[in-house]
Amino acid sequence: MTKKFIGKRVKRNEDPRLLTGQALFVDDVEIPGMLHAAFLRSDYAHARLLSIDVSAARQRPGVVAVFTAEDMGEDWQPGPPLVSPPPTAKDVIFHSRRQVPLVKDKVRHAGEAIAVVIAESRYIAEDAVEDILVELEPLEAVSDLEKSLQEGSTLVHDDLESNLAAHLIQKKGDYEAAREKADLVITRRIVTDRGAAAAMENRGIVAHWDEKSQHLTVWDTTQAPIPIRNGLAARLGLSANQVRVIAPFVGGGFGPKMMMFYPEEMLIPWASMKLSRPIKWIEDRRENFYATTQERGQNHDVELALSRDGHILGLKDVFLHDTGAYDPYGLTIPLNTQCHLMGPYDIENFTSEVSVVFTNKTLVTPVRGAGRPQGIFIIERLLDIAAKELGIDQVEIRKRNLIPPEAFPYEHKIIDQAFAPLVLDSGNYWPVMKKALDMIGYDQFVKEEQPRLRAEGKYVGIGITPFIESTGVGPYEGARVTVEASGKVFVATGVGTQGQGHFTTFAQIVAEQLGVAVSDVRIVTGDTTEFHWGTGTFASRGAVVAGNAIHASASIVRQKVLKLACKILETPEEELELECGLVRVADTPHKSISLGELALLANPLRGAVEPGTEPGLEATAYFGPQYGATAFGTHAMIIEIDPETMMIAIKRYITVEDCGTVLNPLILEGQIHGGVSMGIGNAYYEKLHFDENGQLLNASFADYLIPSATEMPRIEVGHVETTSPLNELGTKGVGEAGTIPVPALFSQAIENALYNRELEILETPLSPNRLFELLVNEEKSR
Amino acid sequence: MAFHKVNVTINGEMEQVVVPSNMTLMRMLREILAFTGTKNGCSAGECGACTVLLNGEPVNSCMVLAVECDGTEIITVEGLAGDKQLDPIQEAMIQEGGVQCGFCTPGILISSYALLKRNPNPSEDEIREALVGNLCRCTGYVRIIESVKEAAKRS
Repeated sequence: MTKKFIGKRVKRNEDPRLLTGQALFVDDVEIPGMLHAAFLRSDYAHARLLSIDVSAARQRPGVVAVFTAEDMGEDWQPGPPLVSPPPTAKDVIFHSRRQVPLVKDKVRHAGEAIAVVIAESRYIAEDAVEDILVELEPLEAVSDLEKSLQEGSTLVHDDLESNLAAHLIQKKGDYEAAREKADLVITRRIVTDRGAAAAMENRGIVAHWDEKSQHLTVWDTTQAPIPIRNGLAARLGLSANQVRVIAPFVGGGFGPKMMMFYPEEMLIPWASMKLSRPIKWIEDRRENFYATTQERGQNHDVELALSRDGHILGLKDVFLHDTGAYDPYGLTIPLNTQCHLMGPYDIENFTSEVSVVFTNKTLVTPVRGAGRPQGIFIIERLLDIAAKELGIDQVEIRKRNLIPPEAFPYEHKIIDQAFAPLVLDSGNYWPVMKKALDMIGYDQFVKEEQPRLRAEGKYVGIGITPFIESTGVGPYEGARVTVEASGKVFVATGVGTQGQGHFTTFAQIVAEQLGVAVSDVRIVTGDTTEFHWGTGTFASRGAVVAGNAIHASASIVRQKVLKLACKILETPEEELELECGLVRVADTPHKSISLGELALLANPLRGAVEPGTEPGLEATAYFGPQYGATAFGTHAMIIEIDPETMMIAIKRYITVEDCGTVLNPLILEGQIHGGVSMGIGNAYYEKLHFDENGQLLNASFADYLIPSATEMPRIEVGHVETTSPLNELGTKGVGEAGTIPVPALFSQAIENALYNRELEILETPLSPNRLFELLVNEEKSR
Repeated sequence: MAFHKVNVTINGEMEQVVVPSNMTLMRMLREILAFTGTKNGCSAGECGACTVLLNGEPVNSCMVLAVECDGTEIITVEGLAGDKQLDPIQEAMIQEGGVQCGFCTPGILISSYALLKRNPNPSEDEIREALVGNLCRCTGYVRIIESVKEAAKRS
């Protein structure tokens, strides 16, 4: 069936408000009598809290309250675990140590909150923070992953025997036997380091406890309002119906705004109840660098066993994963890394052993990519090295190892981030890669253009990197779709929105079923009063899981509409069509009734109704996938390196994406552009520099450089659609896709550009400085 | 803390406000006058989300003290559209998909608007240069740049 709305380049419903300054963000919430909070945070990464004296702060005019861990009494508890702990199984160790609301005995990372001041204004609150006298005894900090696990290392958590947070071995086939048969075994140490999500909007919370109605309203920059509502109700001793969490317009999420249950997220509502006053806390940018979660620190010792013709026989990877000071997000990231280490390749023998390590650094939870870029970086680097050693073309070695289309669904025989068997649902990989090669003109560039440019003394290189992205994981989302008497359609779903265009893509899904204009579908996301059940926007799952729940609800409403219209119009359902907000008889279009009139008839004020009849044209439905859908894509780029400055000019950038059914190319391509931008930052500009004392040295946008308009190239996007069999819409997620292959792609293209140097890049992020250092080292070692 | 009387024209309307010496223009706009379209992303002049026009020039309003603005004319994102008619840069952003989360958008709009006022037909490089002070994490700037080109065509 040809689609009228799905797949179309529809303009976004939400844009007019965002473009005129009328969209409500958390910091825009203003309530009479509202107080403001500021936090005292530790300057040390690791220190014992000896004493704290808040008396001067309490005396400052305008200060309403100061709270320390002691002041919280029995309400002081570590945060709830955010994901289920791993199943108890052989080879699995997991020590759960969750973040605390305020430091009680020991500081475990720089920026950890020690006390909160609530005052009449933010100015007063910040001044009062300076009045607090806190005595901290500095302890040796654990910053380096290797050192953290060494015998005698200082302990981040004194009650544990070591800094080992978790340990997990995953095996498939028999790697050691495969290694015996190999013609080539590549062994390398590959390191990935930390970056920040750096959403343009910092975190923020406004909490308003209304004593008279016994109701708590919280505006929160969260990606997951429903879990926050559930957690707050449980912790504060309230019914879930007494708590309303609203995630209004949120200025970018990228993972760290997901279900963290940050200390502030608990404390501000708690304090609002204590004081019976509304309270606002808006994170500042420096706090965002210290206290908002980060990602990507891993050290890999890896082996790839291959036959002479470039077929991968097996992969073995022993790695350390940095979880920071606490591990509330369980094993999600290292499991994702393991699930992406084999990339899009058919690998029969695999062993991966991960040790998760506590360090005195900011907590680690998913950041756009969530362990996937690390996995892809490892396998792609190894294949580049293998291609060189075996004298096989870089594209050819990949082509030989891609999972063939007939092998889907492809069972990987290891577990994924949900502890379910990893299955790649569908795919047809080579045509996607081929399209990227064609778009960038690979053969022509390598055979003609590159030799010509090299002869002119230019350092031009090409890279091409395929990747997979596991997306659309469960457990479920739900939605309620209602046709209103106005003829417009109202939709409520539980996920939050941070710029993904849900107000439009979700409306398109509804319009497809009900034949109304996309602009006549009003979507509400992220308000727990509008929809009670759900989890959140993460793991590239909004369009897949919430999208399919909306599709299911809208389909039921369509049936209700047809059933009622069939009676009214005295025409069989199969002869009716839904068009332009009307139900009409297909071959006599003037015989029709509007959806609004039907909605009124479905909710009569008088008269008898048939037994079992539900009022209104409304339905609520849920969708939970059997397992996540796996998308595929390929990025290609041509770069030129300035040998004096090591600055890289991106001459062409191509992405070809197969994320199943495309809902809206305008929005999809925008998400890919943004992902690539973050990937370029990850690859060549952004690195959080922690020193050996656990101090972050570049906690501002002046020192931590995210790509600006002058660094970003034009991006050409191609699409291939291999629909997922796991859901009716056939969609796969795409939100993180753009970011995943970029560090691998950069390394490949840089090595290709610097063809006359023996450079082997085994780390990410790079930077112009770091590339220069690597080249100096290479020269020395010659 | 001393307080000062400040007369400003904001989006064409005269306003008289009393501000403390340490208050920035950004906070005056957001907290006293409720022009919350102007966003606070860093309070350090690094991200550009708070960009407004001060006597026709784009400035980071977090780096300007409110008292400095006495007698000036200020345009915020709320002042770009006419009665029921969006400015061409706003229209172009909708058509080209220049908005995602929308948090940097007010600053991007102001910088783009200022660029198009002083240079109605900017080259792509000139557009990129004009936006270098406005960070965006969602769009990779690709569609923002297309929007500015489209707005130049429209105006």
